[in-house]
Amino acid sequence: MSWVKKTLSSTIGRKLLVSLTGIFLIIFLVVHLIGNLQLFKDDGGYAFNAYAKFMTTNTLIVLASYVLYLTIIAHVVISAALTLFNRKARGGENYMVTKSSSNSPWTSRNMGVLGTIVLIFIVIHLSNFWYHMKFGETPMVKYEKTMSGDIAIAQNFAVESFSKDLLKQDMVYKDLYKMVAEAFKQEWLVILYILAMAGLAFHLAHGFQSAFQTLGINHKKYTPFIEKLGLAFSVIVPALFASMPIIFYFKG
Amino acid sequence: MEKGRTYTLKIWRQNNSSSKGAFKTYTIENISPGSSFLEMLDILNNELEAKGEDPVHFDHDCREGICGMCSLFVNGRPHGPEEEITACQLHMRSFKDGETIVIEPWRAKAFPVIKDLVVDRSAFDRIIQAGGFISVNTGPLPDANEIPIPKQNADLAMDAAACIGCGACVAACKNASAMLFVSAKVSQLALLPQGNAERKRRALAMVDQMDQEGFGACSNTGACAAECPKGIDLTNIARLNREYLTASFAGAE
Ligand code: HEM
Ligand code: SF4
Ligand code: FES
Repeated sequence: MSWVKKTLSSTIGRKLLVSLTGIFLIIFLVVHLIGNLQLFKDDGGYAFNAYAKFMTTNTLIVLASYVLYLTIIAHVVISAALTLFNRKARGGENYMVTKSSSNSPWTSRNMGVLGTIVLIFIVIHLSNFWYHMKFGETPMVKYEKTMSGDIAIAQNFAVESFSKDLLKQDMVYKDLYKMVAEAFKQEWLVILYILAMAGLAFHLAHGFQSAFQTLGINHKKYTPFIEKLGLAFSVIVPALFASMPIIFYFKG
Repeated sequence: MEKGRTYTLKIWRQNNSSSKGAFKTYTIENISPGSSFLEMLDILNNELEAKGEDPVHFDHDCREGICGMCSLFVNGRPHGPEEEITACQLHMRSFKDGETIVIEPWRAKAFPVIKDLVVDRSAFDRIIQAGGFISVNTGPLPDANEIPIPKQNADLAMDAAACIGCGACVAACKNASAMLFVSAKVSQLALLPQGNAERKRRALAMVDQMDQEGFGACSNTGACAAECPKGIDLTNIARLNREYLTASFAGAE
């Protein structure tokens, strides 16, 4: 067996992959969050739609998105396999009584369940089906510069079948802002987002600092900071993501 | 003198590794709060033998917390409810009069039950054989303190060397992972100059053996360190990760 294969198939090597893919996903969350915060700009969705256009048409970003899909798949496949492998290591018989709550945090023992919640969310989130199920057509928007220099909506229209060629026209965007605003009028979707973000928060409450321990980074100078940063991250980032459906829902 | 206490014991009974086990309930009376947990089991066994029944088999040797033989999962925790002691250092004063006490063997695929509460921990021996040693020159005795060792490293190595190989870490872990044990053994030698010659090969060989024995991976839950009778902490596992990964990626093998 080559040393690469041997290393990466060991228990430590497999955890290394979970950790590295997990850290990549954490970085992705930051980028995704900054982009999505454009939703809160009061500009008829211009900033958000422009950001979305850039993200879906720039070749480098499109390539990065494929890396992201592969990373998600790798993280899920490796960690799910590890979870099953770990369960088998107990052997045939399990304990009648365990007091695991006295020796370890609940989050750390339920990463598989929490990850599955996030996975279900990712699938629904990516398939985007709630919108198309409801409308079947793609809304478009054309902006214009007003006399005062602001950006304003010039025209709203919709197309039966969307193609990227449409975006080649000046100031014409796919109106993702509107799709988001429409989607978040649905209660069940808002609830799903909130639940999923809670799942993500608990996943990260353990995962963030755990990823560093897996890499061998445990140092009395840095670990207290990493733990605090991880906790702050796992509260603030999912909360900001969850605030989007909530605010749009109440805006109507 | 305080009057003797009464306990209900639920004990795992299993004839051998291939037979199916089950819990059996016993009532034991007139137990002094000052008696040790193992003495309580000795009393039970005397009573069982007097009745012509098969005594409860359990591992023990030193009965003073240094050999690592005792291995009882008591009321959901390895070595019972108290912190940083072994089952042999546990006393009946830690249990209320009339309490039900559930006693189980360590549960791990790599630690098959031999009989009742006795499990086969030779997997640990094979991990040590794979790399838990150093080479020393024969010849005249070297001067003491000839090799300078920073005090800090000597202390960390000493802390790691406190591991008695009891297996409570495996028993406590939801993954039955042996990472705390292996990390203590690797750390103890990696921190000292005497351990340097085999350093890379040791990390690779011991982890390889650990995996072959069927222990689970580490999810960093921390259950092992919380239940370890010798206070081995998680920085050792981080060190094992470093040792193994640098040996794999930067080593020649
Ligand atoms: C944005 C999404 C996600 C992020 C940021 C993320 C992040 C992380 C991080 C940082 C870790 C810690 C790695 C370590 O302990 O070394 C982790 C562990 C884990 N993740 Fe995720 N994860 C995500 C999605 C998922 C999904 C969809 C699953 C679905 C199965 C999943 C399952 C797991 C499991 C089971 C572990 C624990 C593995 C173990 O320690 O045994 N994660 N994740
Ligand atoms: S690390 Fe602690 S719990 Fe594990 S074998 Fe050593 S002494 Fe026992
Ligand atoms: S019998 Fe030796 S440590 Fe308990």
